[in-house]
Order: sequence, then C-alpha cells, then structure tokens
Amino acid sequence: MGLLSKKDAKLITDPLADNNPITIQVLGICSALAITAELKASIVMGISVMAVLGIGNVVISLMRNIIPSKIRIIVQLVVAAALVIVVDQILKAFSYELSKTLSVFVGLIITNCIIMGRFEAFALGNGPWRSFLDGIGNAAGYAIILVIVGFFRELLGSGTLLGFRVLGDPIEKTGLYALGYENNGFMLLSPMALIVVGVIIWVQRYKNRALIED
Amino acid sequence: MSNKTDSNVYTVIFAIIMVVVVGAMLAFASSTLSGKINENKRLEKQQNILYSMGINENEGTSVRFISSDKVSNAFSKYVTKQIVIQNGKVTSDDQAYLIDIKAEKSKPNNERRLPLFIGENNGKTMYVVPVYGKGLWNDIWGYVAINQDLILEGVFFDHLGETPGLGANIKERYFMDDFIGEHLMDKDGNYAGVNVVKNNADPKNEDKTDNEVDALAGATITGNGVAEMIINDLRLYVDYIKSLKE
Repeated sequence: MGLLSKKDAKLITDPLADNNPITIQVLGICSALAITAELKASIVMGISVMAVLGIGNVVISLMRNIIPSKIRIIVQLVVAAALVIVVDQILKAFSYELSKTLSVFVGLIITNCIIMGRFEAFALGNGPWRSFLDGIGNAAGYAIILVIVGFFRELLGSGTLLGFRVLGDPIEKTGLYALGYENNGFMLLSPMALIVVGVIIWVQRYKNRALIED
Repeated sequence: MSNKTDSNVYTVIFAIIMVVVVGAMLAFASSTLSGKINENKRLEKQQNILYSMGINENEGTSVRFISSDKVSNAFSKYVTKQIVIQNGKVTSDDQAYLIDIKAEKSKPNNERRLPLFIGENNGKTMYVVPVYGKGLWNDIWGYVAINQDLILEGVFFDHLGETPGLGANIKERYFMDDFIGEHLMDKDGNYAGVNVVKNNADPKNEDKTDNEVDALAGATITGNGVAEMIINDLRLYVDYIKSLKE
C-alpha cells in the first residue's frame, strides 16, 4: 500500500465511521431525508455528491491562496453550482435515462451542507491531493448512510429493493404477504428517515462509547 | 495574510473575473451539449408515444421503452399520420409530436392546437392524445392511446418532481396498466373520462366500464391531477374521433 500514506488514508476512512458527516457532524441531513425513499436514488445521489465534492475540493484547494476572504462563501457557492450544472448537462446529454431518475436531486446537491462544509473546513487550508481524498472520503461517508437508510425505507415501505419485489407480491398475496405481512407506508415519508438516521446514530454510539458527548 | 486579498479592489476584480470565467464555461458546456440533449428529448417523445400504443420492451413489471437506436424507424412505421386540430380545422403535420402541450394549454380554445397521432399496432387503429396537467409538486404529462370505440389501449405518464415512492409511482406499470381497457364513455354514452378514485371496491380493476381506476396510496393529489388531465384533455378530441367512425 504505497499509494496512500497512513495520514492520507485516514482522510478517507475517518468519515466512513468515526467522523461520519451525517451521523457525527450532522451535515447533509436535509437530502438524506428527502431522497432515501428508494435505494436507487440513494446510490446515484451518493455517486453524484462524490463527483462534485471530489472535484470541487480540488478546485477550491487550488484557489485557496487567491480567494478574497470577504467573498469566500460566494466563491464556494459558485464553484459548487457550476459543477452541479455541468454534471447535470453531461448526464442529460450522455445518460438521459439516468438523468430522468435523478430529476431534481442533481440540482439539490448545491444545497447540500456537506459540500460547503468541506470547502470551508478543509479545502481552504489544505493542498489539492489531500483535499481530493477528503472530498471522496466525506462523500463516501454520506453515501453509506444514504444507502443504509434507503435500503430500510424501500424494503419496509414498498417491499422492494432497487425495484425488485423481494418480499413477494402485496396484491397477489405471495411470499411474506401470504402470512399477513403488510408494507408500512409510513416508511416512505420523510420523518421515518429521521428515525432511521437516529437509530444508526444510536447503534454507532453504542458500539463506540468514545463518540458519546457529555 | 494581511495582504492584497483583503483589499476591496482585489475582491471586486476577483468577483468579476470569476463570473466571466464561470459564465463562459457554462455557456460553452450548454452550447456544445444542447444539440445532443434536444435530440434525446425528441427521441424520448417518440418512445413515450410508442409506449402508450403498446410498442415497448417491457419485461416482468418494469417499464422499458423501445431502445433509442430503433425508435426513429419504429416511429415512422407505427405512427402513420399526425394531425393538428385547431378550432375545428384539421391539418396534417408530421412534426406535430414536437408541439409544446403546456404552451398550447395556456392559449384560448379557438387558438389552441390539438395534436393527434394516428397509428396502427396489431391491426388496431389507435389515436394517441397527449395530455398535460399538474401533480402535487410540479407538472405531470402523458400520452393516452384510444381506439375508435373510445376505449383506452394504453397510457404513459411522466412527471417532473412528484414524491419518490408515492406520487412518482404514476409511471409504474401497476398504475399505468390499470388504464388499459377502460371506457371513456359512461353506460349512457356520455363522456366521462377515466377517474382515479379511492375505495371503488375494485382494486384489481376488473370492471372496465366504471370509468374508474384504483388510486395510489399516499398520492391523492397526484392521482387527482392524472384524472383531471385525462378528463379535460381527452374531452377535446372525442367529437373528432367519433366523427371518423361515421
């Protein structure tokens, strides 16, 4: 593993668990609630955020010495917005079907607090390579939570995973439904995402007591 | 860093350069990609129209359009005629599928252009009507294929931003397939359209003459939007299609 030094590797692995942007830093909650009703949307959103945050962190890091401090937030916003628009246009031109499934979510990346948070907290003070790793790591940490939440919400709410009926057919009453199981439509509503995130936070802090604040 | 980057002049110049550079970059991206994007949208319309006529690559419960490399040929093969009805006058126009339905809907009735696509599949003549309306969050639209007896042969719905897992399910097979075989006219022969209702005691949609399909749970307003656009937009074509039969 000569590719990454131990310190650099930590930039990627830390946000996956002990410094997770959603469960520890409590950033990006808004989109985690909005788009996790289906697993597929969660996965694609995770990948898109990874692209925007990875590239954006590098751009901000390269400009970190010339950005006027008075308007640095505006500069960060412009970089994030420009990247999101380019990603959206490229998806529409070369992967039209995928851009249809994402629809408004791509635009929503601009409002994702993790992006601005990492630009401000890391990229402004670190070199491009470390910023890139930090961006990928944080986006991956975000994506993991999204996928977990999306998995449970789609499974319990619709009885499907990635659109496949894994629990049987609710109308024909096959599989689990034959035993009287019912989908919990409540899982599809945003408040349940908050509860699932809450449960993840609970489990994580139970496993790692050092994370509990006094 | 008590330096040049703090001065007002520097800040203003930086902002101006940034806006120009980013603006140029986005304009370049938009102009190089817009041709391909518009082509994708054009093919999508053809795919949607063909889908409503039952020409698709559906497997199981998934929605699959005819693939985009085959769609142009299929479209000219199956859609035999495109017409535009304006204030009672009928003209033939083979670009009619590109008409912006949303813009037409805002025009007064006598100026509004009504496109209609006439096609044939499996020996059946079908009339595909584009519909447009409002869901819960944003626009919804679709294509409805009917036959000469004013019975639905197929539908396709799409939306801009309905809730995933709830209203967005109007484009799922289990909702769209329910419309196939539904009658537009009620039992007395008056126009009724197809309504989307809860509690109609027909969840499997076996009664095709009740002018009703079963609603989606948790998507009442989107469902009402679908019913409204079908009832309002198809009404405008009924007289013309009836006149063809006579």
